[in-house]
Amino acid sequence: MIYLDNAATSWPKPPRVLKAMVDVLERAGGNPGRSGHRLSIEAARVMYDAREDIARFFNSDDPARVIFTNGATHAINIVLKGLLKPSDRVVTSAMEHNAVMRPLRSLEDRGLILDVVPCTSDGSLDINDIAKAVDSTTRLVVINHASNVAGTILSIGGVASIAHGAGALLLVDAAQTAGVLSIDMKACGIDFLAFTGHKGLQGPPGIGGLVIGDHVDTSQIEPLVQGGTGSQSELEEQPEHLPDKFESGTPNIVGIAGLRAGINWIMDRGIETIRAQEKELTVALIDGLSDIIGTKVYGTHDPERAVAIVSFTATGKHVSEIGLRLDEDHCILTRVGLHCAPAAHKTIGTFPEGTVRLAPGVFTTRDDISTVIVAIEKVIQS
Amino acid sequence: MTSYGVILFHTTSSAMRAEKLLIKEGFNIKLIPTPREFSSDCGIAVRFDWGEYKRVKSVLDAARVEIGTICRI
Repeated sequence: MIYLDNAATSWPKPPRVLKAMVDVLERAGGNPGRSGHRLSIEAARVMYDAREDIARFFNSDDPARVIFTNGATHAINIVLKGLLKPSDRVVTSAMEHNAVMRPLRSLEDRGLILDVVPCTSDGSLDINDIAKAVDSTTRLVVINHASNVAGTILSIGGVASIAHGAGALLLVDAAQTAGVLSIDMKACGIDFLAFTGHKGLQGPPGIGGLVIGDHVDTSQIEPLVQGGTGSQSELEEQPEHLPDKFESGTPNIVGIAGLRAGINWIMDRGIETIRAQEKELTVALIDGLSDIIGTKVYGTHDPERAVAIVSFTATGKHVSEIGLRLDEDHCILTRVGLHCAPAAHKTIGTFPEGTVRLAPGVFTTRDDISTVIVAIEKVIQS
Repeated sequence: MTSYGVILFHTTSSAMRAEKLLIKEGFNIKLIPTPREFSSDCGIAVRFDWGEYKRVKSVLDAARVEIGTICRI
């Protein structure tokens, strides 16, 4: 079997991730922060160590500003629904995933003013278009770091300068880049970084987070979920202290342990090594697909400007048929359709049919790609 | 009889941070359930030798660890 759906969730996981998840249940199975006994304290230590590692990984100073969530979608919703008021102005791109678009469209129905900046058909964003859209009335700019459809990387630093110059904050959706591109929150000027654990970070599904920049005033953000935090239990009101303000309910300590192990695995392997491997596989995929008559490959075709996500279509074949044949006849797992990102597919011109998306990962080999290209050629020509 | 100090925290995260820092600095500390007579701020408190009060406080202040109150028991 060749798994090319790492943009949906990475698989397989490094063995140490599974081991860490079993270990935390065996050794530290208490409820962190709720009780004072040894199993609760040990769970709290695991959780805190993970916060420190995540803060360091994204170059953020304060581990208390690492908020655990169940994924990037949850993290994005905390910012959009907690920060924005009905009459606020928000600027976003036309390459966003529905994790961004759906909450923004919902807020738009309630009075939010939303400006969706168009992108080119390869998924690129012209920084001048952002500059034109952002002004002193803009409250927040929301942008993906790389597209889950075309793989195209957007220039975060440039967008941050424009946003901050106008007094707006920047939320970055790093679902497709955390773990494969180096992300330095301070150098890039990221105010809110939403990430998920189960893709490039090699962790399990159900864990992710929001890292809040050190200077962001969190008193202006209402928590999406309120409830027990194990702290200040005498109060019936939600505490303001971080991370508790945004972390009500029993945390996913098993996911947190797995996520931490995934991040440590990445640090051991080296993010530059991972990136170099992904570029090599991306080039091989694009070159191989381009040689097959009748295919069209989307995105920039430039591995320097894209993560390892390659979308294609083939003349005369439905993407769903290609996906099914690759799975059933060749044991090659891909994702076809719209990838929860109708805006991005409209931008690249593949709406509503969608594309076949090939997303290699850290365990994909060059030989796998050669096998995949041969299989795709067979499927398309059959 | 040794006299202890107890540091209370607003969040478990701060308690864990303090524990890590103080152990690294070689202090003899212990995490304990917060004594009920003081506060219910956070379920876990750090107990230390009261004689080390000034040094403990300066380590936590230097690292800007957010703490609640420090009580003597």
